[in-house]
Order: sequence, then structure tokens, then C-alpha cells
Amino acid sequence: MARRRVLIWDLGFGVWDLTDLSVQIGALTLKNPLIAASGCFGYGVEYTEAVDLSTLGGVAVKGLFLKAREGHPPERIVETPSGMLNAIGLQGIGVHRFIEEKLPELRQLRATVIVNICGSTLDEYVELARILSDAEGVAALELNISCPNIKEGGITFGCSLHGTFDVVSAVKKVTALPVIPKLTPNVTDVASFARASEDAGADAVSLVNTFLAMAIDVETRRPELSNIVGGLSGPAIRPIAVRMVYECRRAVNIPVIGMGGIANARDALEFIIAGAHAVQVGTANFVDPFIWNKLLDGITDYMRRHNIPRIADLVGTIDTTSREKEWISS
Amino acid sequence: MLRDVEARVIANTRLSPGYNVIALAAPEIAEATQPGQFVMVKSAGSADPLLRRPFSVFEVLRSNTRVEGLTLLSKRIGVTTKILYDAVEGDTIACLGPLGRPFDLIDPPAEAWMVAGGVGLAPFATLAETLLARGTKTTLFYGARTGAELFYLDWFESRGIRLVLATEDGSMAERGRVTMPLERELRQLESRIPNPESRSDVMIYACGPEPMLEAVAHVAAKFRRPSQVSVERTMGCGMGGCYSCVIPVRDGPNGHHYVRSCIAGPVFRGEDLVWD
Repeated sequence: MARRRVLIWDLGFGVWDLTDLSVQIGALTLKNPLIAASGCFGYGVEYTEAVDLSTLGGVAVKGLFLKAREGHPPERIVETPSGMLNAIGLQGIGVHRFIEEKLPELRQLRATVIVNICGSTLDEYVELARILSDAEGVAALELNISCPNIKEGGITFGCSLHGTFDVVSAVKKVTALPVIPKLTPNVTDVASFARASEDAGADAVSLVNTFLAMAIDVETRRPELSNIVGGLSGPAIRPIAVRMVYECRRAVNIPVIGMGGIANARDALEFIIAGAHAVQVGTANFVDPFIWNKLLDGITDYMRRHNIPRIADLVGTIDTTSREKEWISS
Repeated sequence: MLRDVEARVIANTRLSPGYNVIALAAPEIAEATQPGQFVMVKSAGSADPLLRRPFSVFEVLRSNTRVEGLTLLSKRIGVTTKILYDAVEGDTIACLGPLGRPFDLIDPPAEAWMVAGGVGLAPFATLAETLLARGTKTTLFYGARTGAELFYLDWFESRGIRLVLATEDGSMAERGRVTMPLERELRQLESRIPNPESRSDVMIYACGPEPMLEAVAHVAAKFRRPSQVSVERTMGCGMGGCYSCVIPVRDGPNGHHYVRSCIAGPVFRGEDLVWD
């Protein structure tokens, strides 16, 4: 681990602190490792009263198809121990309305916009990538090949190594934007999907999407969600997500963007130490839309305490050397 | 302006074994709240339950001219409402708000008819005070299962609000649903109207269970009076982020589309909603 001193010098009118929070995702530089997770932050513009979007590393907007989608009927969410299930069904306005109605405002707010795209077919992903590559103000594309709540497309690519490879390589052919497939944890070996993504030319991978799950009201014997099954998110899934990020980090050389139940700076740091270059925060933003500054402060404070000048230096620094030595020496 | 306040519990009045009014020291939120808006609350410093729950702001508390906080009218049904029921003075409740689209206000000579079912009384104390300040004559149609669950009657009456009550078990006032006296009075109003084209004489405001809201919207439409209803759907964030609290609104003659009740509502025009 790099253990350089944080450079601080007093210029007489305050302390200049060169804590460098920027991270590199392919050709894209994020000003810090905090990204609002897709599906948990609307189109970003909903949150301007709570957070200055330009202070975030990135904003991953709600998943977009070519056309508008209605989504599932309510009930769409239910709380479970330390988490929640959702089956929204990717309600959305479609890519064209997004570009006309939301993107100009996001540009004005100087948000680093990561557009999450979903397709029923390979051609739909390609078409979305083409359209968004021509739009002004898109920083990267996140490929949603992992939504557990819709039958058509998406997850069928994300659950097959060939499907993952094909959709990533097809999108890479038509765009110069960084391409980030978002992986599902609902597979036996998520690292092999990270490898398939890397082989296909992905600039990074993001993981995990939600865990397929369900809940039943035992009094009525009815499922809690209209879709019967939904995706589990929140602190309940965090240890599994950390393990999966750790596995993917060891399997690929491209950056890994980690997410799953991050609720505070400690949790974000855990993902970074496990191997994530950046992290996404979703469910916790529902609970506390003012969480972003608290996360940044917590991470900066940690870097100062541990003399880490650059957050990039912390990525993947998990120390797995044997504990035995410590036992003996102490 | 949106704020998240760790609000101290100033008082907690248990009105019955199921209902309570909890007073929270969140003056910044109270001051900015317009009638019909809501707050998202949870137990401060606890991750269980994880998500906040939405509550209409019941009263804005004032001493002299200073705003001291707000109250929530709550009915104990789930884990958060149990926390609110059991809370004692000095506890802290995380309170995010104000959120949502408020009621459109009506001015004299038009009258305001508020229709409340059970815990649906929640948005009407602030609405009543705001309307009275504008000189708008206000009536509260208020129904509950039983007379013991009709609360704050003195509060409304002492402010000059006409009360029309109904209970499902007939233990107080008229027996039956609150929409019965509402329909009767609308019919009377209609018979007195000299010019059938001018029906901007009354605005109907409603909050309560969705079947009641549907009935209110229908009876309002039948007598061609405008209505505004405040809905309650399962809500994840209250900010428009999660898309869980959607409700179908009319889109063309037969179509509908889902909108987020947290930001497009919780107050809707009765005629805009499609009832399941």
C-alpha cells in the first residue's frame, strides 16, 4: 500500500489539502468515486434540492429503453430486514424524451451523466448507444443486462456469457463513450461475466444489481409485490456484494464499480478496499437524500487519518496476509 | 426548501388505543409547509426500519407568532406508526420535508368542503387554518368507524368550521359513510343554484381510504363540482427517485399512465385519477 504523507501546507489564509478523490474509469475521469445508482435517483433532476449534482462523481440515470414504458402495477416495493424488494418494471420516458426533457437540465447542472440503457434485443442496445453517442452531455453508457424484474431482454443477456460478450462488443462498435455493463449477482460465478465483459472491450464493469427475491404476506398468502418476485437491495446484501466485487477485481484488469447496500462512508471504503474504483449508492439515497456530502466527508476524513493522498491508491488494498504473524509478534 | 431535521418529540398525545398526535420540533419544515404537503419520517439513528414513511403535516404549531414545530396524526398499523405511538418526549424522529404538491386553495365567495375518512383527517387542520385566514367558509365532512375515532372536533368547531359527521356503526351522528351527507348537501346546493353553469361555488377536498376518495371524486363529478384528493401509496423515498408510489392518471379517453404520487401528488384533481 502506498503510504505517502498527505501534502498540506499553510498559506496563511487556510489549509490547502491535496486529498485527491478523482478516479479513472476508462477514458472518463470522475471527480470522486461516488455515483448515484441507476433506478434509485430518478433522472437526477428530482434531487437538486438535496444535492448539487456537479459535486457527484457521476449520476447513473434511470434505465432507458428506446420507447417509454409503463412498468409494473403497484405494489412495487416492500421493506424486508435491512433491505427492500422492488419490482418497478423499468417505468421510463424512453430515450428521446430523456434527451429532450432531462439532458439539457443535467448539462446545465454540470452533472457527469452515465446513461443506463436497456434493450429487449441486441439491436435495441446498439440503437440506444448510437442515439446517446450523438447527444451532448453523456459521459458514459451503463448497459443494464441485469434487471431481474422484466422478462424480456436485459437479464437474458446478463445471464449468458455469450450474451454478455455479444451485447458489449456490439455496443463498443458503435460508440466512443466508455461502456460499463452492469452485472447481475444472480449467476454462479459473477467473475466470469466480468471477464466476458473485459474480453468484449468493456471499459469497466459495475456490480451488483439486485438479488432476485420474494416476500409473502402470510395472513393473506399473497405475494407482497404485484410482480411476485423482485430485487433485493440495501444493507442486507452488502457482504455478498463486497465478496463479488473482490472476486471480479481479481479476475479483470478493467475498473470495477461496486455497489450493494452502501449506507455510509465506511461501507463505501469497504468496497474500494475490496477492489472497486468507484461505488454507487442507491437504497441509502432513499433514506437520506442528503447522504452525499456525508459520504464525501467520511471518505476524506479516512484518507487524512490513514495518510492516503489519492483515493485511487486505496483501490484493492485489502491485506490478506496471514493473521498468524500478528498473533506471534504481539 | 427541503430539509432533513432530527426533530425532538415535544409531546405525544394518544387519542385512543390506535391513534396519536405527535408533536415534533421541526420549525424549519413546519414554516415551509403548505397544506397537503407531507414529511418522510423514521426513528433517528436507527436503521430499523430502513425506509422512511410518509405522513401529512397535521398542524403547524405556533406560539404567538413563532413557529415551533409540526404535528402528525398517526394510526398505529405498522412498525413506524408503532414507533410514533410509543415515542416519548425527548425522543428524536428524523423528519424530511416538506414534500409533494399541496392543495390548490379556494377563495370566497366559494366555499371549501373538506371530506375526511379516519386518519384521512391528517391534512385538514393546516388546510382549514389557511383557508380561514383567507376568509373562505369551510365545512368538514368527517367519517370514522365509530364515534370514539372522531378526533379534534372541538379544535375544528372552535375555529368556526361547520362539522358534518358520520360513523359506520352509528355510535355518533349519522350512521353510514361520510359520502352520504356529502351527496345530500351537493344535491341541495344544486337545487338552489340559479344558473346551472356557475358551479365554482364549492371546492371539495378529500383524504382517506382510496375507495372513499373514489366515491368522493364520483359524487363531485356527478354534481360537476371540482375535487382534490390526497392519496396514500406505498412510498420509498418521497422524492421521485424510486418510482414505487405510482398511481394511474387519465391519458386520453381510455388510456392511463403512471405518475409518481410523491411529486405529481399526493394531491390530485379527482377527475384526473383512474380508479382500479
